[in-house]
Amino acid sequence: MINFENVSLQYGKNAALSNVSVQLPEEGICGVLGRNGAGKTSFLSLLCAYRRPTSGTVTISGEDPYENANIMPKISFVHDSKSEVENEIKVKDKIKIAAALRPNWDAAYAEKLIKLFDIPVKKKVGALSHGMRSAVNVMIGLASQAPITVYDEAYLGMDAAMRKLFINELLEDYMERPKLILFSTHFVNEMEGLFSEAIIINKGQVLVHDESDALRQRGTTVIGFIEDVDHFIDNREVLSERTLGRQKEAVLFGELSEKERQAAKENGLELSQPSLQDLFIYMTEEGGRDS
Amino acid sequence: MKSALDNNRPIYLQIKESIEEDILNGLLKPEDQIPSNSQLVKHFNINPVTVLKGINLLVDEEIIYKKRGVGMFVSPDAPEKLKKRFSKTFLKEQIEPLIAIAKPLGLSQQEVQEMIDRAWKGEEND
Repeated sequence: MINFENVSLQYGKNAALSNVSVQLPEEGICGVLGRNGAGKTSFLSLLCAYRRPTSGTVTISGEDPYENANIMPKISFVHDSKSEVENEIKVKDKIKIAAALRPNWDAAYAEKLIKLFDIPVKKKVGALSHGMRSAVNVMIGLASQAPITVYDEAYLGMDAAMRKLFINELLEDYMERPKLILFSTHFVNEMEGLFSEAIIINKGQVLVHDESDALRQRGTTVIGFIEDVDHFIDNREVLSERTLGRQKEAVLFGELSEKERQAAKENGLELSQPSLQDLFIYMTEEGGRDS
Repeated sequence: MKSALDNNRPIYLQIKESIEEDILNGLLKPEDQIPSNSQLVKHFNINPVTVLKGINLLVDEEIIYKKRGVGMFVSPDAPEKLKKRFSKTFLKEQIEPLIAIAKPLGLSQQEVQEMIDRAWKGEEND
């Protein structure tokens, strides 16, 4: 299990993360959602022990992961990297290096993935398209079979067909060999069903962390005549409001009771559930929930 | 099986409903095996936990039942149960919305009735 306790990370005077406390289970697919610069990568690099927190503690199975030879081999961090050194080596050598570093490397599975993603192993890494470079990265993530696998915006540059192939493979492998997968993205719509839980990060803070179904159920979209909507949302936590002619749409946060839902319907209001994408956008936009 | 999900409703409910629809439409018959969890996961590209949640609801309502080590099967009385349940909600969920649209269009009760009659016959002739 992963445990973050009051974790902060400073770069000089800038706080990248402040007072983050989060617990993650041993199995699951967790979406880490946030806008650019929200702190997603800082959060994930602490988890992968690429960095050490400025204050607070990060533990994995009770141990500090930083420079810890017991923990490091259990984690695979897949991210969009561009390194000069890597550009000069061949794809097959990049894969060989990854294989040597990963105790659980599944060579047969790696071969299968190379064929599936049509990866040109003889080319130099620097000669690959962005999408193909990402394909190599996720292929390494999948074949690593690390108990904790982190994909940080890992599919950038991939086209829709390739993303689908990747997600399909990720799920199939997850069903056979469950693990903890963390997946940061701002393509929330497409990935919505993938997550068993989601963390929304904004401005260095964790706004919410919950099972994705539960999280979605905490949001309600209310549509109706302006006066009726205003009356209903009075004294509730409102994430967003917009009017269209005489109608108004408001997104509420906080579960409604069956009684409240009934009352809303009797007043001619239409209720629906916002998508994770909508909740994410409303919670993190300027003038949003925490500002 | 429908092919895509709608992001604005709980996904596990949509899994449940898509199987119920297939039973009502006769695509799945009593004692047929329903798609396995892993087939559903791949079909909809969603988390296995979500699939399980939808499937468990169907088991709780005895629409499907489990044969240990084999899979999930449609209960013998599932179509009857679903027909009963859907008939109960038919007025509220189908007829009332229809009237709510017909009224502002200025259609009279008789005009709507005639349309229903025509559509009904059209279906019978198929």
